[in-house]
Amino acid sequence: MIYLDHNATSPARPGVAEAVTAAMTAMHGNPSSVHAAGRRARQLLDEARRAVARLVAVHESRVIFTSGGTESNHLAILGVAEAAGCMGSILTSAVEHPSVLMPLERLESRGMRVIRLPVDTHGRVDPATLERAINPDTRLVSIMAANNETGVLQPIEQIARLCRAAKIPFHCDATQWFGKRPLAIDEIGVDLVTLSAHKPGGPKGCGALIVHPALSIVPQLSGGGQERGRRAGTENLPGIAGFAALADALAGRIEEEAQRITALREKLEDQLLKSVPDALILGAGAERLPNTSAVALPGIDGETLVMTLDLAGFAISSGAACSSGKNTPSHVPLAMGLSPESTRSVVRVSLGWSTTEAMVDSFVPAFQRSADRLRQGSAFA
Amino acid sequence: MKRPIYMDYQATTPVDPRVLTAMLPWFTEKFGNPASRSHAYGWEADEAVTNARKQVAAIIGADPREIVFTSGATESDNLAIWGVAQFYRDKGKHIITPTTEHKAVLDTCRHLEADGFEVTYLPVGPNGLIDLAQLEAAITPQTILISVMAVNNEVGVIQPIEAIGRLCRQKKIFFHCDAAQGVGKIPIDVNAMNIDMLSISAHKIYGPKGIGALYVRRQPRVRIKPFMHGGGHERGMRSGTLPTPLLVGLGEACRIANEEMSRENTRLLVLRERLKEGIMGQMTHVFLNGDPVQRVAGNLNISFSYVEGESLMMAIKDVAVSSGSACTSASLEPSYVLRAMGVDEELAHTSIRFGLGRFTTAEEVEHVIGIVVGAVNKLREMSPLWEMVQDGVDLSTMKWAAH
Repeated sequence: MIYLDHNATSPARPGVAEAVTAAMTAMHGNPSSVHAAGRRARQLLDEARRAVARLVAVHESRVIFTSGGTESNHLAILGVAEAAGCMGSILTSAVEHPSVLMPLERLESRGMRVIRLPVDTHGRVDPATLERAINPDTRLVSIMAANNETGVLQPIEQIARLCRAAKIPFHCDATQWFGKRPLAIDEIGVDLVTLSAHKPGGPKGCGALIVHPALSIVPQLSGGGQERGRRAGTENLPGIAGFAALADALAGRIEEEAQRITALREKLEDQLLKSVPDALILGAGAERLPNTSAVALPGIDGETLVMTLDLAGFAISSGAACSSGKNTPSHVPLAMGLSPESTRSVVRVSLGWSTTEAMVDSFVPAFQRSADRLRQGSAFA
Repeated sequence: MKRPIYMDYQATTPVDPRVLTAMLPWFTEKFGNPASRSHAYGWEADEAVTNARKQVAAIIGADPREIVFTSGATESDNLAIWGVAQFYRDKGKHIITPTTEHKAVLDTCRHLEADGFEVTYLPVGPNGLIDLAQLEAAITPQTILISVMAVNNEVGVIQPIEAIGRLCRQKKIFFHCDAAQGVGKIPIDVNAMNIDMLSISAHKIYGPKGIGALYVRRQPRVRIKPFMHGGGHERGMRSGTLPTPLLVGLGEACRIANEEMSRENTRLLVLRERLKEGIMGQMTHVFLNGDPVQRVAGNLNISFSYVEGESLMMAIKDVAVSSGSACTSASLEPSYVLRAMGVDEELAHTSIRFGLGRFTTAEEVEHVIGIVVGAVNKLREMSPLWEMVQDGVDLSTMKWAAH
């Protein structure tokens, strides 16, 4: 089985499982306990915080460890909105992950105004549109760094500049960006950044929210006072140790890996377009993550194609993992102007650290065969 | 460095090697996202999740469909209390909980107070247990939720869960039970005990940190307003990628605890009684905190008169124990649980919680008895107060000069 679904999750990188295991076996303590076992746990926690902070170029005090990207997005959005008394408006895009869109819906029901900015046919938010939408009651801007379904990058540097000029907190869901491209949070000037450990090969069940020190957020989990009162609950020490091992594995190597994966992706798309000429790569006209190809194939049902490829030994997905298996077409291609029918045909191929050239080489012919068979209506013949 | 003897099993527990072995393949070989419905990596992960869900359900007599995975008991407590309060806020806005609950419960209740809810904080007796008549008397037509922990984290006392459940069912009030310290330590059956929601933590039962569960009853149905949306995992009650290795660890931890609970409790009780006898039998002015009988086998909480709390902790630093609970032990406040039980401030400051568990040995217990008795005797020898007590002076009648 060849795994090409890294935007859903990735296998743990070398060193990660070892770090998790070591923390589970050697560190008995609860980091809040004052005895030696607890202090060792605390020390490990502090070191891990520094490792993660270093990778994204911020001071360690900004790192709040959470249970993952979904929780980080909730903490950022609800935390800022509640600090603003749930009044005013929030700007976001039409292509955000559900874990951003859903808390926003909740805030709408509590009386806040949520403005969902459209994207162009390449999937990008126009900074000029964003600038026009900013008004005195805007309390937060939440725009993702890279889209999970298409890999399309948003102009976050420009958005950060606009937000800073207007003195509005900017939250960026960098779940898919993190680990695939360098991320210097202070340089870009983002106030709240969501990170997930498992997408680039860290452990599941662990993430972080990076918060600017001047920003006050209302905690969403209470009781215990961990993470300087911003996130209660015994710290997931093994997960956090695994997160730190991921950060160490990525440090200084992100560019190099990105180049390698970009080359693989280019090869994959070149061959794919040669063998299935009417395939459409979503967001091809925009800057994208190195690893993601969202492919629309007229006249084909994406779910069926994914299943056919699974039988052939290739793991890819139709849209996002969390919503796969559902029948509603994804909101992302729709927002980019695709018809519902074309949207249903979209499949996502996402490469990662463990992807080899041989995997890509064997994938394209299988893809072509499966697509051809489906078009002849004989998938399961 | 010689490692101190670990007797803080209520703060956290080491991962059982069997649990670790079960988890390992799910990091590297079988790493799929259980929400991926389109390929075998996802399916095998989903199967592991299903199995873990069964194992967790089994230890509390629940249906697997009633288990919602969370990041831990703190999240479970927050989700249960906040979620029910928000969903049923039009039905009533009154909640009852004891003053000795974990902070995850108390702080959530405080937040709800700020949101227009009324909370009755129920006192406990000197033994740490609530009084059922008092609980019943606190119920009003507005009461929608009663939240009582199964086992207290500091003094280990077991609340009368079954009777509370019966009362709640009879009065049609939701019953949430924080069983972070109870699961795997005492038999729990959510149906026999009429529990509507129950919080579970993995790292207190030799599973990994960062994972827990909330049991949410289906019949009669309990509805909660989720606070993590997006992705629709866990039947809409809690979103976020399910961390397969952690779930496998929680499931295996539950399986082992379920199978070994009664044998382990018998063993621990012998060790605990020996520790108690070894310390309390050799010294005077030593007090057991919490009910002597209605408590879990692995907990012993003792206060020592005529020593200073900080000095005592320093003197027994070869034993990893806690004074007060782990979450508040970094602060110098005396334990609010002991204060609620009427323990005076001095004695609350010198309380030590000995938490025994799966890897505690009889040798360790003997060793700890020696260390504690030696330390207390030595500290008392240096104490002028102790000298006066030995000379027969009744300190309570002393008048202290201001200085």
